[in-house]
Amino acid sequence: MPENLTAPLVVEFPFTRSLGPVQSAFLTGLRERVVLGVRTRDGRVLVPPVEYDPVTADEIRDLVEVATTGTVTTWAWNPSPRPRQPLPRPFAWVLVRLDGADTALLHALDAPGADAVRTGMRVRIRWAARREGAITDIACFEAHDGPAGHRAAPHDGRFPDPVTSLTAPARLEYTYTPGRAQSRYLDGLARREILGERCPSCHKVYVPPRGACPTCGVATTEPAAPGPRGTVTTFCVVNIKAKGLDIDVPYVYAHIALDGADLALHARIGGIPYDRVRMGMRVEPVWTGDGRHPDHYRPTGEPDADYESYRRLL
Amino acid sequence: MTPPRDVAVVAYARTDHQGPAEGLSEAEALLPVLHDALAQAGLAPGEADFTCSGSSDYLAGRPFSFTLTLDAVGAWPPIAESHVEMDGAWALYEAWVKILTGRADTALVYAHGKPSAGDPRDVLTRTLDPYYVAPLWPEPASLAALQARALADAGHTGEPPGPTPGPPAVTDGAAAVVLAAGDAARRMCARPAWIRGADHRVEPHALGLRDLTDSPSTRLAAERAGAFRAPVDTAELHAPFAAQEAVLRRALRLDDTVTVNPSGDAAADPLMVTGLIRLGEAAARIHRGASDRALAHATSGPCLQHNLVAVLEGDA
Amino acid sequence: MSREPVAVVGIGQTHHAAARRDVSIAGLVREAALRALEDAALTWADIEAVVIGKAPDFFEGVMTPELYLAEALGAAGKPLTRVHTAGSVGGSTALVAADLVAARVHRTVLTVAFEKQSESNAMWGLSLPVPFQQPLLAGAGGFFAPHVRAYIRRTGAPSSTGTLVAYKDRRNALKNPYAHLHEHGITLEKVRSSPMLWDPVRYSETCPSSDGACAMVLTDRTGAARAPAPPAWLHGGAMRSEPTLFAGKDFVSPRAGRDCAADVYRQAGITDPRREIDAVEMYVPFSWYEPMWLENLGFAAEGDGWKLTEAGVTELDGALPVNPSGGVLSTNPIGASGMLRFAEAALQVRGRAGEHQVPDARRALGHAYGGGAQFFSMWLVAGSPPVT
Repeated sequence: MPENLTAPLVVEFPFTRSLGPVQSAFLTGLRERVVLGVRTRDGRVLVPPVEYDPVTADEIRDLVEVATTGTVTTWAWNPSPRPRQPLPRPFAWVLVRLDGADTALLHALDAPGADAVRTGMRVRIRWAARREGAITDIACFEAHDGPAGHRAAPHDGRFPDPVTSLTAPARLEYTYTPGRAQSRYLDGLARREILGERCPSCHKVYVPPRGACPTCGVATTEPAAPGPRGTVTTFCVVNIKAKGLDIDVPYVYAHIALDGADLALHARIGGIPYDRVRMGMRVEPVWTGDGRHPDHYRPTGEPDADYESYRRLL
Repeated sequence: MTPPRDVAVVAYARTDHQGPAEGLSEAEALLPVLHDALAQAGLAPGEADFTCSGSSDYLAGRPFSFTLTLDAVGAWPPIAESHVEMDGAWALYEAWVKILTGRADTALVYAHGKPSAGDPRDVLTRTLDPYYVAPLWPEPASLAALQARALADAGHTGEPPGPTPGPPAVTDGAAAVVLAAGDAARRMCARPAWIRGADHRVEPHALGLRDLTDSPSTRLAAERAGAFRAPVDTAELHAPFAAQEAVLRRALRLDDTVTVNPSGDAAADPLMVTGLIRLGEAAARIHRGASDRALAHATSGPCLQHNLVAVLEGDA
Repeated sequence: MSREPVAVVGIGQTHHAAARRDVSIAGLVREAALRALEDAALTWADIEAVVIGKAPDFFEGVMTPELYLAEALGAAGKPLTRVHTAGSVGGSTALVAADLVAARVHRTVLTVAFEKQSESNAMWGLSLPVPFQQPLLAGAGGFFAPHVRAYIRRTGAPSSTGTLVAYKDRRNALKNPYAHLHEHGITLEKVRSSPMLWDPVRYSETCPSSDGACAMVLTDRTGAARAPAPPAWLHGGAMRSEPTLFAGKDFVSPRAGRDCAADVYRQAGITDPRREIDAVEMYVPFSWYEPMWLENLGFAAEGDGWKLTEAGVTELDGALPVNPSGGVLSTNPIGASGMLRFAEAALQVRGRAGEHQVPDARRALGHAYGGGAQFFSMWLVAGSPPVT
């Protein structure tokens, strides 16, 4: 048996987040070194400001300015920061209730060690040198022994050139495991063999095999060797260039039922002008270079298959 | 509420290894678990009246990941089926409600999780407020440590917490449960674990808005599920971090007479499956006659944001 | 055992657009939810539970976003459930919510579905690269176009049918103030001459990518009696799933769709859907799916769906109007698209569909599907309560 394959898989996207009025005011404020909260109908000041009252679900828009100093309400020492966290050296995660606020904000506290941190300690914001309207405009908190800051004061939330959206890049790294059946299939492809599996219950041949017969819900382990020739059951002509694909349009994307297989796989058709591809056309795989998958399928020159012969695979 | 219909957990199976599921696809790992649970209930693949599953695309690193595991179910002829992007405990809840409507008498519930595909310390940060918190990438253990500190400060735990605990062991796996109503349940299982009540409640998301030393949502869910009507002998709690168990014990008023987590530590269970495993383990204990009235709990979100409680009983 | 009859007493949706840059994710969801509450003349305190649905979390890059949305949905202290059944999710979500009322677990439930596709890129979200697999060779439409060709081959439908559907739905959308696409000046000639992207599918026959949300308030008989406007009553609801790919799969008319419709009709006592149903909101992401679903849902014999379209039967003033709202072809926030179908069907039987109202619509079908034409959810709603 071949070894089960794995491969790295990176899921990465720079998400665009539109902010809405409250979050826009808060994040723009940070850029201007101003911290805003919202006041609920019952008078509580929430920092960071939420758009909707967590108790009543009312929309809240009554902005207030609070201090840049506050009190640690709880903390956790982080001895080994991970990439992308606020500080590259050991720090404390803290919830900080800013002076004038009734709720606490999560951020990092720069401290020499866990011994230097305690609940109730006074801290102040250390602003990032470059600020763009994001929670990371607060570089972190730092110890502060000055007087308490001011009480919440009304603020109209207006700033020149407000930030209305932010870009949130996110990159996650995964290890992809195609599984036993797919590994065997991929291993075969590397030798230019097409390997399927037969269901022990309904005896249908699956290619690519998936390890389980999807209609019977049982494991498929009996090997089968369909193809390599097959029949085009249906297709479309692609006239729009897909991102990142180095194929000239137009080309034909087809469903191909390999001989002896009970369902069609999908592949590109080559070796024939796109407008001469037909349902029922007989084709065979063409490998190029060191590609694992066939680069495309080309006509075999056999007469077309009769519609009735592949109708059930359509 | 008192359920209008008697519904029981009649079968339960899970993967029993620890650590990553080497080399298998999720459908391949799930298949034997489904077969085990269905065989216990005497059902063939696809035979249950309703099927519901729980899983997460983010955990798998693939959109629509649950469509692949449907291969293991035998969904032919087509089946009545649904999926929650949550822990499987909530899939069980949906299936329970379906049976209560009378549109189904039996249900297959399953969950699968392959956290080893990614790094849960990163992946789980994506569940946090995308504007104010996710950009800081705080891992779940750190958030739990904030909660542990708050508990210690409030005097709810004996000693102050040490440094942030390491990440929980990453285990891949799957679990499956069969539910059945009334006589069907009695036919399928010698001692069905009757669901006397089930409820779940969520709290505000932002940690700064919550009292981290308490879990009002757990208490309310337990009340609605009837947990306080009579003492339980067993509790299976889903506490991803040790200090959270203290919060849950207080909210659920569990004293020393209650056997807590006899099946083992929930922190070692696969993500998205843990809650369903708690329910399954509580039921299995009733099946074996080791419990007469058990409470099962599942949680979701940072610092116990969302909690589900079910009360299970065996016939005397 | 008896089920509690379920009534739709509140319906809301956002103004849909390619990018709703004026709101956060929460703001988008709230816009629909508030409209539904206002329609029902209820407040957040009247809602006992919330059921939310959307398609993959990767679209917005937020895992299990219901957790972050708890405050915005007024869900604190309440049960909150997140459903994900691919493209059918908007419909499935409504059915999960309806079950809570039918089982008498809750009396009044808010159900919401959304997608804010502008936060990422729909094609990226739908087709993340998978190691060892060839990249998706044909783009979004390339998945559907071969099935359309198969349908044409099977039925001998003329090439005009697809363009007729697109022309109809885009005109209907002009009567729907919430629709994403408002193509004033649309003509059949413009549709016919739009670029052929995935032969046989033209650009004008494809759905847009939208930001949008939809919400409904579902309640029991007592709640319905208090409602300020006529409710829509649920007469039948079902979900069916089949595997993605399998030997014997019929992509043109999947059995899961046929079975799902049959279940709904049986529950509702419908024996002749073509005559007994007055309006249909079906999930048509590419125009050719209208004739395909007409057959799959039992409105036309196999091979005859296109004849209804060609004869104008599915026009807003036809005998069986299909997608009076403009449908998915005019508005497609993927996770919400199914709920929009369900909600628009309910609007029709409540007589509250405005300019795209089908006169005297008494029974309407809402239909959603997703995945590899494998997940189906449908409901049949009527202006009068079911006989219990």
